[in-house]
Amino acid sequence: MLKMTHLSKVYRTEVVETYALRDFNIDVKEGEFVAVTGPSGSGKTTFLTIAGLLETFTGGEYHLDGIEVSQLDDNARSKIRNEKIGFIFQAFNLIPDLNVFDNVEVPLRYRGMKSAERKERIMNALERVGLASRAKHYPAELSGGQQQRVAIARALAGSPRLLLADEPTGNLDTQMARGVLELLEEIHREGATIVMVTHDPELAARAQRNVHVIDGQVVDLAEDPRFHTAYTAAAGQVRS
Amino acid sequence: MFTYYLQLGLRSLKRNPMLTALMVMAIGFGVAASMITYSVFRAVSGNPIPEKSSQLFVPQVDAWGPQQNDKGEPAGALSYTDAVALMKAHQAPRQTLIYQVTLSALPRGEDSVPSSVTGFAVMGDFFPMFDVPFLYGSGWSAADDDNRASDVVISEDFNQRIFGGANSVGRNITLSGQDYRIVGVMRHWDPKPRFYALWNENAYGDAADFFVLFNRALDLKVDNSGSNSCRGNLHFDGWDGWLHSNCVWLMPWVELDTSEQVVHYRQFLEAYAADQQRAGRFGWAPNVRLRDVMEWLAFEKVVPPESRVSLIVALGFFAICLINTIGLLLAKFMRRAGEIGVRRALGATRHEIYAQYLMEAAAVGFAGGLLGLLLTAVGMSGVGLLFEDDIAKLARLDLSLMGLTLAVSIFATVAAAFYPAWRAAQVQPAWQLKSN
Repeated sequence: MLKMTHLSKVYRTEVVETYALRDFNIDVKEGEFVAVTGPSGSGKTTFLTIAGLLETFTGGEYHLDGIEVSQLDDNARSKIRNEKIGFIFQAFNLIPDLNVFDNVEVPLRYRGMKSAERKERIMNALERVGLASRAKHYPAELSGGQQQRVAIARALAGSPRLLLADEPTGNLDTQMARGVLELLEEIHREGATIVMVTHDPELAARAQRNVHVIDGQVVDLAEDPRFHTAYTAAAGQVRS
Repeated sequence: MFTYYLQLGLRSLKRNPMLTALMVMAIGFGVAASMITYSVFRAVSGNPIPEKSSQLFVPQVDAWGPQQNDKGEPAGALSYTDAVALMKAHQAPRQTLIYQVTLSALPRGEDSVPSSVTGFAVMGDFFPMFDVPFLYGSGWSAADDDNRASDVVISEDFNQRIFGGANSVGRNITLSGQDYRIVGVMRHWDPKPRFYALWNENAYGDAADFFVLFNRALDLKVDNSGSNSCRGNLHFDGWDGWLHSNCVWLMPWVELDTSEQVVHYRQFLEAYAADQQRAGRFGWAPNVRLRDVMEWLAFEKVVPPESRVSLIVALGFFAICLINTIGLLLAKFMRRAGEIGVRRALGATRHEIYAQYLMEAAAVGFAGGLLGLLLTAVGMSGVGLLFEDDIAKLARLDLSLMGLTLAVSIFATVAAAFYPAWRAAQVQPAWQLKSN
């Protein structure tokens, strides 16, 4: 579903080159729920924006659902984002002037879908996240957890092949975070491929597989002596 | 997507109401100033007879020579000698001479007192040449010209004053003590500018009350009440002495329907002037012109300079308003960089973002246009402060100007939004979403 090979991302200024990702390799199979973890500045958000075709990369290869994306123009990238990818952001990123219905409708509008089909998909997505009764509410009238559910509904409405989540519970309290996480697990059980960036070990432990990013590279913590102790401790905490 | 963008655009008018109000006011005032001055400019610079303006010509013959003419240009009128000679040669399918006459008329009612009425002495071709519309009857024929008939064509307004609007064809009317037989009543006809009798005259004066036969007017020695310009000796031996002086006062018009006819008539004018030179009447090489209606209006400088200047100033003001609007639109659009990032992430292409924001600008332009319409309507009453009454009364807010006001407002605002919308379309979604 998502395969990056020797991928690199370099930010260049006149005097310095900064590697955000370096020889980055990842292979996410269809139907997997993968958590990408790592400290701040490790490159996990850069990975997510490149995975979501929001940013280009400097070198390497990236295949998304079998398509090599490096040579695609803006229109083609936008089309893939719209049809194959659903985004869930830490800050929800709902449009404040649009009500819940209209927010969920945004990606469907860009797909050129007919009104009746849009409405059916929107209501189904809102039913799924338990917010059908709030369709006419504006984001400011909802709690943080509800806003994130709307964002999930927006991501689901277009039936994407891949869900990319960036710290989806980062702005939520524990109870709301639990609800959102259970929803993601439910979506995964129904067959969705989910890649979630988080620095929360508890959240990461709920995923099928963890990928750790350090200094712009994927690292196997279990085999890296520098992190072995910390990793074991963190895993123990999650199990207990 | 058009309706979706339109919905978003209209919704955005409610967002940042102060910013929106500033833009709408800037556009509204700018477009209103432009439209008010344009309405005057349009009235004074328009083509008064668009369907025939390229077929009607004013022949000019220099009867004064390089020492006395105006910077080498022949006068805009002819002397009697030249005018009659051109008419006698009859080198155009239709032709007429025109001069202004002022007579007295007695309106209806026993208590009425004679009033002064202004019209023109013309030839029979005048009416078909200038497509004069008739309510009753018609003009007169070339045979009537030759027979020096006492025919008159009167205006609808004059007919209303004298006969209460009834069909007066066949009835007689006394003008300055002479009886004239009414052969036609014109439907309202008042081309502006009054191109057909423009020489040194107010191009925006009141409509003519009547038209009498040129030959008959000469027979009756009806004075020219329009412009008269002479060079050299200004002492004339009576009516005939004046007729045969070098004074110019007759407006000639010819209708030439094909380019061959135009070429032929130019050659004829050259030949006529050359003949006059050979005969010793002109001591200079032939100096003739043949101008069509629009060239004639330009030659006569019909557009008042204040009209042109005020239009330029108003357009400058509008440009400044639009430049401000560019800044305001840029601020308005870039405040929503986060939303743009989200829309891009959800699948919007750059083109779609660009189109969305142009549509939003169109909505602002439409609102500005509505305000501009209101201000234009109010401003029309103030046109008299800037222009003479004859010109000011020509300015009117008709349907075409209303449409133009809205169209200019929308198109100008959309044009002003090209750069802000382009900037909006360049927003990098990754950066916006990371910064959130």
